[in-house]
Amino acid sequence: MSADNKSVKEALNKMGAYGADLDLDHYSEGSKDSVQIDDLQSSKYKDYMEKVGVVADEMNRSGTLMFIDNGMSHCSSSQQEGLEMMSTQEALRKYDWAKDYLWKAMDPTKDKYTAKSYLEDADGYFIRVKSGYHVKDPVQACMMINTDKTIQNVHNIVIVEDNASLEMITGCSTSPHANDALHIGVSEIYVGENCNLTFSMIHSWGKQTGVRPRTSTVVGKNSNYTSNYVILNPVGSLQSFPSATLAEGATALYNTMCIAHEGSDIDTGGLVYLNGRNSSAQIMSRSISMGGHMCARGRLVGNAPGAKAHLECRSIIMKDGGSTNAVPELEAHVADVEMTHEAAVGKIAQDQIEYLMSRGLTEDEAVSMIVRGFLSGSINGLPPALQQELDVAIEQANLGD
Amino acid sequence: MTEMLKVVDLHAVAGEREILKGVNLTVNEGETCVLFGPNGSGKSTLMSTIMGYSSIKVTQGKILFKGQDITEMTVDQRAKMGIGMMMQRPPNIYGVKLGDLIKASSPDNGETILKDASKFKMQNFLEREVNVGFSGGEIKRSELLQLTAQKPEFILLDEPESGVDLENIDLIGNKVHDLLYDSSCPGKQRHVSSLVITHTGQIMDYIGADRGYVMRDGRIFCSGRPGDLLREIKENGYGECDGCQQIISL
Repeated sequence: MSADNKSVKEALNKMGAYGADLDLDHYSEGSKDSVQIDDLQSSKYKDYMEKVGVVADEMNRSGTLMFIDNGMSHCSSSQQEGLEMMSTQEALRKYDWAKDYLWKAMDPTKDKYTAKSYLEDADGYFIRVKSGYHVKDPVQACMMINTDKTIQNVHNIVIVEDNASLEMITGCSTSPHANDALHIGVSEIYVGENCNLTFSMIHSWGKQTGVRPRTSTVVGKNSNYTSNYVILNPVGSLQSFPSATLAEGATALYNTMCIAHEGSDIDTGGLVYLNGRNSSAQIMSRSISMGGHMCARGRLVGNAPGAKAHLECRSIIMKDGGSTNAVPELEAHVADVEMTHEAAVGKIAQDQIEYLMSRGLTEDEAVSMIVRGFLSGSINGLPPALQQELDVAIEQANLGD
Repeated sequence: MTEMLKVVDLHAVAGEREILKGVNLTVNEGETCVLFGPNGSGKSTLMSTIMGYSSIKVTQGKILFKGQDITEMTVDQRAKMGIGMMMQRPPNIYGVKLGDLIKASSPDNGETILKDASKFKMQNFLEREVNVGFSGGEIKRSELLQLTAQKPEFILLDEPESGVDLENIDLIGNKVHDLLYDSSCPGKQRHVSSLVITHTGQIMDYIGADRGYVMRDGRIFCSGRPGDLLREIKENGYGECDGCQQIISL
């Protein structure tokens, strides 16, 4: 994707297609200085990291990356063969070919947020799994905002080469004093042929934080890509519409789990282009409005024969005061496709609550059990590590309130 | 005999419609009572009202359980007092695994009963979402497994044998029997009371019955020996009840 500086500069005034328009001038650019943290366990960020699924002892992880504001603070790996981890800028210095992965899946003129990232030459993490290697344990990455009224501006690149596999857990969080900040995270993900990539993201931001992730994934022939996205805590304004482009026989699965608390504005989902023959996709969204605004989007575009895809948006409204939108879209450009969707918005059926109460559970216990099941239980294929983190996050989300 | 359940002049509405029009009924401690009646007579509504489901509103009368007025109590308060219910068509609970519900509702975190799931042919269902995609027989076995975990002192059974194939009827009948009787000791007295809705009387072959009630149009018309009532209904239908004025009153 070619972009000249002039058009990108112009794009700085281009509003995002969805979500509230955030004023970039409200924030200053976050520091690129690296504050090196060798021992995550004794770090003051430990609790925040663990809340978003990033384990400080690094047990059962193939590697860990951590960014504080815009500087890389930690990069360690279990030295697994075939796995490379470093900062994006370091990768660009080290490998000539790395630039071929920069702004290729994502258009920098997409909106003001991508333009900002491009013009700031944002750093981020670079992860590469070489052809033929299967990384045993997940790689984890933590993005932490530590300075109020700044922009965390990161540009990540993940490359899984042919016949390789990787599981990633990324957690993003803010320090309590850095509530009014903006996260712009551009992620370009390249999945080769015959690969598996699971990319799970858990977010826990401040009540005023603006969040604009921009993720684009290219999935090669006969590969499987799974994207899990979880946000259960209050956030200011979050808008994200990650996309995947599928080659022949490739599959994509998007699972989204959100709670929109009072004061939160969340607009998220998934977009899949089924460009290859017999490619398939599933977009599953489970959301709960606790008085906030929730928009669950899903869009499937069938461009090749034999494409199969399903889209499911379900929302529970627990409290009045907010709004809930489910926006499922199907678009087909060839005859031989099979695409379906279903959407449901409403409160938890009273007969379900009372059925559990007839077994002796209190109303709060019954509601909590149904909500927990609604968020996580209906979605198959969550990695065990994420499932555990999700259970903890759901416990902490005070659903009985 | 101590009264376990006493329903007094109970009137109740579902939406705008009055379904229960003055029900009087008693189940004594250790007793199994059978409730007959044509479709739409209000039998299932009566059970839901006793359990406390909010879709039914009591407009008059009261429900006493172990001498205490429970008419205004919530469903879980009634469950904690010892009332359990086997629903005919329980709702699907998406995302909640049967095994997790059993753990949450049994006194010992389900340790004993989960080991016995195979005796209910439910060992492969514990990881499944509650009632989702269950067949008629599977729903019955699931309900019985849950009730066995819960250990209620009084059980409402809404057509326990309906929709069950011949192969499973023995299992269901025996498990209902085990719920009402202490299977560990043949000589032991029955210790769980129950009110059972049945159309065919088939379940009575497994659990016996002490008393039968006939319900028509939201009221209990008569009570008597269950076998006699069933025989009469089988021979003459409920038509005979129309001319009978034996409405059970206060």
